Amino acid sequence: MQVKVRLHNPRRDLEIEGPITIINLLARLDLNREAVLVVRDGELVPGDESLSDADSIEIRPVISGGAS
Amino acid sequence: MKCVTCRGPAIIDIRRHNSNFCAEHFLEQCQRQVRKAIDEFEMFTPDDKILVAVSGGKDSLAIWDLLVDLGYNVDGLYIGLGIGEYSDTSLDYARAYAQTRNLHLVEVDVPSTFGFDIPNGSRAAKRVPCSACGLSKRHLFDEEAIKGGYDVLVTGHNLDDEAAVLFGNTLHWHTEYLGRQLPVLPAREGFPKKVKPLVRLAERETAAYCIVKGIDYLVDECPMAAGNKHLSYKSALNEIEAMSPGAKHSFYFGFLDRAAAFFEVEASIDREGLGACASCGAPTTSEICAFCRLVVRAGGQLPDQTGVSAVPVDLGPTRTGSVQ
Repeated sequence: MQVKVRLHNPRRDLEIEGPITIINLLARLDLNREAVLVVRDGELVPGDESLSDADSIEIRPVISGGAS
Repeated sequence: MKCVTCRGPAIIDIRRHNSNFCAEHFLEQCQRQVRKAIDEFEMFTPDDKILVAVSGGKDSLAIWDLLVDLGYNVDGLYIGLGIGEYSDTSLDYARAYAQTRNLHLVEVDVPSTFGFDIPNGSRAAKRVPCSACGLSKRHLFDEEAIKGGYDVLVTGHNLDDEAAVLFGNTLHWHTEYLGRQLPVLPAREGFPKKVKPLVRLAERETAAYCIVKGIDYLVDECPMAAGNKHLSYKSALNEIEAMSPGAKHSFYFGFLDRAAAFFEVEASIDREGLGACASCGAPTTSEICAFCRLVVRAGGQLPDQTGVSAVPVDLGPTRTGSVQ
């Protein structure tokens, strides 16, 4: 088993080998920590937490909006 | 990671404050920042009747929730823009939140009221979709706020929105827009007072607020916004923020403290010479306001048929600056 990761815009699913911290996971995916939140079972996961192979998380973008 | 307040396990880090928070103290932090913005910029009082523009996204639902929790009298306003499934879903989120908290949501549907939608209408009018959308929303926000007798209109613009708009307007030196980029725009003839109580919160925090409070919001981005300049400005600023936490805050609040006043004169010139639109009565420098001209160009129909479609229409060049 691997860590299951859901990404948005476009929506897609990945599997990443654990254990891995949130900070390292975001770095591996080349995602800016200012631009996303990590959610597991509806709750926020802090950056220093380590994910195990049994985890399933969503990386939720926070940047939104058009401008006139 | 430990909460800066209680030393319990933290759920979020806010690097520009060099602080981590548990769920309880993060919610307190959000309330504190919103209250500070309301007080510092004299946005409104508990006696005011407030209308908040709601899109079904994280920012508008977060500010509605925060204001209700802080004891303000707030109704919601949803503008349906006819952006296919995206609009349908965003309305569902806005309605669901209003229903959950037993709040009043005013709804205006552009396609059924004006006979055009943003994707097709912007194409027909030869406007960028985000420009046609922004113009429509601003016009209808003003109209509904005045019609409903509200003292103030609240929008969910957050720190990232304001920093990105400031970045774009500075990059192109749109000085007439810089003079209006303030957290409070006072009421004047035909315009309600407009305020932005989320300016002290980044959008990562408004999203986190919704998750912690269990508020369902539309996560997916508007399909019309993909690739727009505003989003690329936000990405650029986030790269800087990652290297220098607090950069966005310093940029925006430094502008308010030290630079905004220099652009007041130009902004006030822009406000002179306003008359009433011959079609809808909204303030305009032309015979027909920009929204009514958009409706005609987009192939729609003005609800009040006054022969506007027979009026020669000149939209002028598409605006490239950003106003909110």
